[in-house]
Parts: sequence; C-alpha cells; structure tokens
Amino acid sequence: MDFLRPETLAEALELKASRPDAVPIAGGTDVMVELNFDHRRPGALLDLTRVPELRQWSDGLRIGAAVPYARIIDELGTALPGLAMAARTVGSPQIRNRGTVGGNLGAASPAGDTHPVLLASDAVIEVASTRGPRMIPATEFYLGVKRNALEPDELIVAVHLAPAAGPQQFAKVGTRNAMVIAVCSFAISLFPGENRVGAAVGSAAPTPRRAHEAEAFLAAELDFATPKPLLDSVKREFGELVSRAASPIDDVRGSAAYREHALAVMARRTLGWAWQELLSRKNRGGEQSCA
Amino acid sequence: MRVNVTVNGEQRQADDVWEGESLLFVLRERLGLPGSKNACEQGECGSCTVYLDDVPVCACLVAAGQVQDREVRTVEGLAEGDRLDPVQEAFVEAGAVQCGFCTPGLVVQAHDLLSRVPDPSDPEIREALAGNLCRCTGYEKILDAVRLAAARR
Repeated sequence: MDFLRPETLAEALELKASRPDAVPIAGGTDVMVELNFDHRRPGALLDLTRVPELRQWSDGLRIGAAVPYARIIDELGTALPGLAMAARTVGSPQIRNRGTVGGNLGAASPAGDTHPVLLASDAVIEVASTRGPRMIPATEFYLGVKRNALEPDELIVAVHLAPAAGPQQFAKVGTRNAMVIAVCSFAISLFPGENRVGAAVGSAAPTPRRAHEAEAFLAAELDFATPKPLLDSVKREFGELVSRAASPIDDVRGSAAYREHALAVMARRTLGWAWQELLSRKNRGGEQSCA
Repeated sequence: MRVNVTVNGEQRQADDVWEGESLLFVLRERLGLPGSKNACEQGECGSCTVYLDDVPVCACLVAAGQVQDREVRTVEGLAEGDRLDPVQEAFVEAGAVQCGFCTPGLVVQAHDLLSRVPDPSDPEIREALAGNLCRCTGYEKILDAVRLAAARR
C-alpha cells in the first residue's frame, strides 16, 4: 500500500488521476474502520488533511470537503442551523473533531447524518479532477447504497449551501444521543421568500431521498407571507406524505414499519418547530410578541 | 514507511510502519506507549483518545501517515514527572477507576473539557464524555472525578 500526501488540491487531483485506486482519507472515521477490520485493502491512501483548500469555508457559502463537523457546529451554526444540528448528532466529540461532510458524501451511506440536510437545503456538491470541476446537485449525487456520482479520478472538493433563508430543523432516531447510526432521520428547510419547503429522509431508503410530494403539499397549503398557526390536519398529512416517500427495510437497527411511523412523527414535529420559529420571527418583526 | 512525529514533546521516529496502520498501533507497538488502550478499533469506545495538534481524537481512526510532522499528546504526557495531572489525581481519589481500561481515554477527554470549560455543568460533562465507554463504574464516580478536578482548578 502507498501513502500519498499531497500539499495542494492540484497535487491531490494529479495523484488521484494517476492512482484511481487510491482511497481518499481525511477524518478517517469510516476509512480506518474498514482498514482496522480488514474489510478493505486499497492500493493507496490519499491523505487530504494537508490540503488547505479543503479545510476552509467562505461566505456564500462554500464549505471545504475536509472541514470537520466540530468547526461546522462552532463556526456555521447561525448561517446553517440545519447542517449544524445534524453535525451535532454525529458520533462523539472525538468523532466530530475528525469527521467531515466530504467523508459523509464519499461514504454515501444511506444513514449518513448530513445527507437529509443537504437535500432539503438545495446543496450542490463540487467535485473536481484534472479534467476540471463539476457541480452536482445533492439530488443527483446519491446513486445507491454507498454509491455516489463520483468518477474514479474525482475528489469531493466542497459543498455549496446558501445561508439559511428561513427556519431549518433536523431530527434523528437512535438508541441514545451519542454514537448512534440513524435508525432514520429527517430534515426540513423553510424558504419563506419562495413559499416552499425542502424535506428529505435519511436511513429509510437505498439512498437519502427528498420527499417531493410532501414538499408540494406544504407549498400549496401554507401561506408564508402571513403565517397562521398550523392546523393539526396539515401536520398529519405532511407526516404521512414524508413517510410515503421512504422505502425502508427491516434491519438490525429497526423495522421498516417502525421507520415509516417514526418518519411521520419526526416530520410532524420538525415542521411544528420550524413553523413556530417562523411565526415568532414575524411577530418580532411586527408587533411585540408575548413574553 | 517512516513516520516522524512529536509525542509528548519529544521528537520520535517509527520505522517499518505499514501504510494502513493506525496511530494507536504506532503508539502502542512501535513507540512503547501502551497508555492509550486498544478496545473497539472503530471509534466507538474512546479508550484510545489522544490529543492530535491539541484536539482530542480516537487514535485508532488516525492513519499513521497522517501524523507525520504533527504533535501527539497521550495520557503518558499529562503528568509532570511524578506529579499527576489534577484530572488523574481526581480519578484516583474519586474511585473513578475499576478495571482501568477506559481510564486513559476518559482522562484525556476530561482534561480537554476542563481546559476549554473550567467549570462545566453536568450536561456538559456528559456530552464531553459521551464517546467514552466504561463497562464497570456506571459513570457516577467518573462524573464525581471530573467535578472534583474542576473544583480544584
């Protein structure tokens, strides 16, 4: 096995082009487990921790693929509340100090915590090779269980994600708060200016998946300009539509039936929280809200 | 391959390192530092927690080649000579150690918490130690130890 240690992005892309068998490694929280357990013997490891371009984020927002979760939580919580919420549920403090969104995307596990947020928030994944860069909408990035749209010579460079246009929420079901692979998860992003929401499910289908019908239902049902308290019937129908967007299986973490039920509950609750935040923002902007 | 790394303030060199090897293996088997424990090898248990460039990480999930020219601080590097770090002292006094296997990781992780948050609340302590498993103590004595160390700082 070779250990490749590029110092710049250009060098990393050259190396990946000449060694498509090289497995990129940043935080190592997935790759090292596979090596430790002899599940994988790649021809080379391509260490991305010394590539400065991958470890920066810029206003706008373009987040380098190797920015660890801990920094997303600390530095981007206000601009990207949904992503920060999902990042907080990843593993443990030690894992969040190392793990990255780029790694989540590279592994493309259907249970990856940030995927539903990226889908619900219209994220675009920037990948690159020596042939040039390529922008892939999150909706086109996940192809199957642990399969993504990356070509063998490409690296994930950054995630493009506009600062939140409105309230965002994320919820995840697991046996405890820490060190949990999602039984299922759900993310919702409100876009009040466009009178629509983004909604996506995780760990409940071969890939993370957007809930298009549920999104269309809310866009038709809700008035974002002059929001009124949510009707229970709207929350319930939204939950049902989210649940129907999934196609879960029975596995060690939970049954398909449980996942369908839990998704509906999470969708209902997160919509309630997000809508409440929208209402109180409007109240603060207009008249004083009650204490 | 050869790996040059600063460990506990000392420049160290490890030879014949396999490219897929973990930092944990290098520390324990090549540099004679068995304080960091090898339990799960998948980042679930926190027993191998060390500082990498002042950030606590699971040494089992760091590839050996990634620490080239970087700084690692293990549980062996917390004491000053024979004087234990206050966190270590508190673990002894509070009886936070039973079989001892999880202790090095917990000590490093608690050490990091107290260096960032001098007077942590109970939820902050629990959150900070959420990635460190102990199968003996039931955690209560460990929480006592962290509170004791915080009170003495």
